Amino acid sequence: MLERAHILVCGGTGCTSGNSNKIYSEFQTRLKEQGLESEVKLIMTGCFGLCARGPIVVVYPEGTFYQHVKVEDVNEIVCEHILKGRPVERLLHSEKEEDGSLKAINETAFYKRQKRVVLRNCGIINPESIDEYLAYDGYKAYEKVVTQMTPQGVIDEIKKSGLRGRGGGGFSTGMKWQFAHDSVSDIKYVVCNADEGDPGAFMDRSLLEGDPHAVIEAMMIAGYAIGAKQGYIYVRAEYPIAVQRLEIAIGQAREYGILGKNIMGLGHDFDIELRLGAGAFVCGEETALLNSTEGKRGEPRQRPPFPAVKGLFEKPTLINNVETYGNITQIILNGADWFASMGTEKSKGTKVFALGGKINNTGLVEIPMGTTLRTIIEEIGGGIPNGKKFKAAQTGGPSGGCIPAELIDTKIDYDNLIAIGSMMGSGGLIVMDEDNCMVDIAKFFLEFTVDESCGKCTPCRIGNKRLYEMLDSVTKGTATMEDLDKMEQLCYYIKENSLCGLGQTAPNPVLSTLKYFRDEYVEHVKNKRCPAGVCKALVSFKIDPALCIGCTKCKRNCPVNAISGEIKQPHVIDASKCIKCGACLQGCPKNAIVR
Amino acid sequence: MINSFDDTPKQAAELQAALDELKDVPGPLMKALQKAQDIYGWLPAPVQNKIAEYFDVPLEEIYGIATFYSQFNLNPNGKHKIGVCLGTACYVKGSGDILNALEQKLKISAGNTTQDRNFTLEATRCIGCCGLAPVLTVNGEVYGKLTVDDVDKLLSKYTD
Repeated sequence: MLERAHILVCGGTGCTSGNSNKIYSEFQTRLKEQGLESEVKLIMTGCFGLCARGPIVVVYPEGTFYQHVKVEDVNEIVCEHILKGRPVERLLHSEKEEDGSLKAINETAFYKRQKRVVLRNCGIINPESIDEYLAYDGYKAYEKVVTQMTPQGVIDEIKKSGLRGRGGGGFSTGMKWQFAHDSVSDIKYVVCNADEGDPGAFMDRSLLEGDPHAVIEAMMIAGYAIGAKQGYIYVRAEYPIAVQRLEIAIGQAREYGILGKNIMGLGHDFDIELRLGAGAFVCGEETALLNSTEGKRGEPRQRPPFPAVKGLFEKPTLINNVETYGNITQIILNGADWFASMGTEKSKGTKVFALGGKINNTGLVEIPMGTTLRTIIEEIGGGIPNGKKFKAAQTGGPSGGCIPAELIDTKIDYDNLIAIGSMMGSGGLIVMDEDNCMVDIAKFFLEFTVDESCGKCTPCRIGNKRLYEMLDSVTKGTATMEDLDKMEQLCYYIKENSLCGLGQTAPNPVLSTLKYFRDEYVEHVKNKRCPAGVCKALVSFKIDPALCIGCTKCKRNCPVNAISGEIKQPHVIDASKCIKCGACLQGCPKNAIVR
Repeated sequence: MINSFDDTPKQAAELQAALDELKDVPGPLMKALQKAQDIYGWLPAPVQNKIAEYFDVPLEEIYGIATFYSQFNLNPNGKHKIGVCLGTACYVKGSGDILNALEQKLKISAGNTTQDRNFTLEATRCIGCCGLAPVLTVNGEVYGKLTVDDVDKLLSKYTD
């Protein structure tokens, strides 16, 4: 029978951390209590994208979007909205039209400029149900290629679409398929790189959690195109929900005869096995990933030979990233021309970004290539919190660079980002405001790379360590101007001599901050001052006596009793005792404490 | 410290079954180690040896894999993980004394696990809640403004 309403509860990792599982079971209980379980369908979906407002619940047919829902709110939604038809106003994610009526959710600032191609089913279908995927044109693209297209025809279509690898490098996906197709071998493999390790990036996780069948179907299409019968999905073990949904999806597909021998009776065989990572960032590099998939140490291999020639178990192998696969079925169903109509001249389609840092609407956004950074930050992202000023955006994680405020009108695509010294990377986009120190940011990323370097080649293992030490001395005020030049030289040396992508890109955060924020480095070195007040060794705290009202709050907060003063009298900080922890700053009602 | 390892017949049987399942799987070593860690909670040397013999590879290869990935434990972890913050703010407020007290009570030094595997004790860097100094975390939950006298009560909360 048809239900009169659908309640969608977000089951992405963000909302699950906010207790959406309990919200789901509370809905079950309350709906049952009211005898509504046959009238109202309750669905656990993938990510809606607006993680900052989670946990999220959406009620259809109206499309009412509830934010920050708590378990205690569930009864009210059931009794008021479902029974009486009155939306619970206080929980609405609402933006009003000029006439005071509520804007439709697709018209709100966060969603209006987005175009959801890869994430089309996330937050719409239940990812644990193959039937729902099938109802949304699931496995139609696969059926189409096997019944109507030749393998070369499929590859030509992908080439024509202009799709480029979404994992970071931006290599032509069609060409990659062509190379794997042209390699002659009785056994070939299709691999999905789901080892998304950049701090702050969670696009692939959300897609796997929200629409796992889309990735499976794309791998089947790739298998048909290059002549492979076996696929592997290498997913990081840190993503338990994604792993579980993939296991369910693969199981269901096998049950339906969609994976296995003679699929749908069409004569093509394909199956997929999951391989779990075990906590090593370098495994996101494709040759390291192949070693790890083989169960070995995840160290990168020398290239050439490229994986398309000699990859997994020494056989020709096609490796694409999760988001790249996410585009495939749509290109097949809607045509290469449709796909190529989106984006810029050399970067087609859309890109998913994980928006994080100092921004109001943290979450997942999918935008056409060529959208400006300004649109992303000011419109979709809702600007910087607390009225602070935008300073820079960091893309590409530890391999990328910073985009300074003066380049905020840059149109985001592969080539523009490279031209300004950053890179697309997998799609993490971290926003920074005036309170962030760029030297400190560079140091943060270097610390990460040093920690994750596999140690196989010297430039990366030792070079990055030395680079980190130099950055550390800048943040402590002990570096000289000569050190800055040495640092730059070392960066180029590491880039040119490292074995794999990790080392070749590791110095990028340093180079790009040196390029755009050199004055900040110089300030650290020459004047022993950190303009943003982040680098502790260079910061001193003072109380402005004109502003201090003597409330004693800072005195009580101070863990080392470095603050003295009588009630209603200006307080003072004893610099010799102060450990610069900043605890006093947080409590002060008058902003009287300055760095 | 040598970690004692008692293989129960149930665990041994589980491991055997897991290995048999992987017999014909290409590239099985990581999967085998992951299974073994699910069963034992860590990778004791005799278990690594057993896996090496089963797949007829040198033990050094198994050890190489086990040490490469951060998720493989070569030492057992306790049921509850205590992290005492030794950041400056906590240290000057006496977190060092708290760590000492814990070491004495649990009869282990920082970085180790109790004999009954109930607690793993670690010293951590600043966790960023200096206003609550001195702090420690148990399984990620933060306890602040502690004194040495609080240690007993805290431990009893996590002892069955």
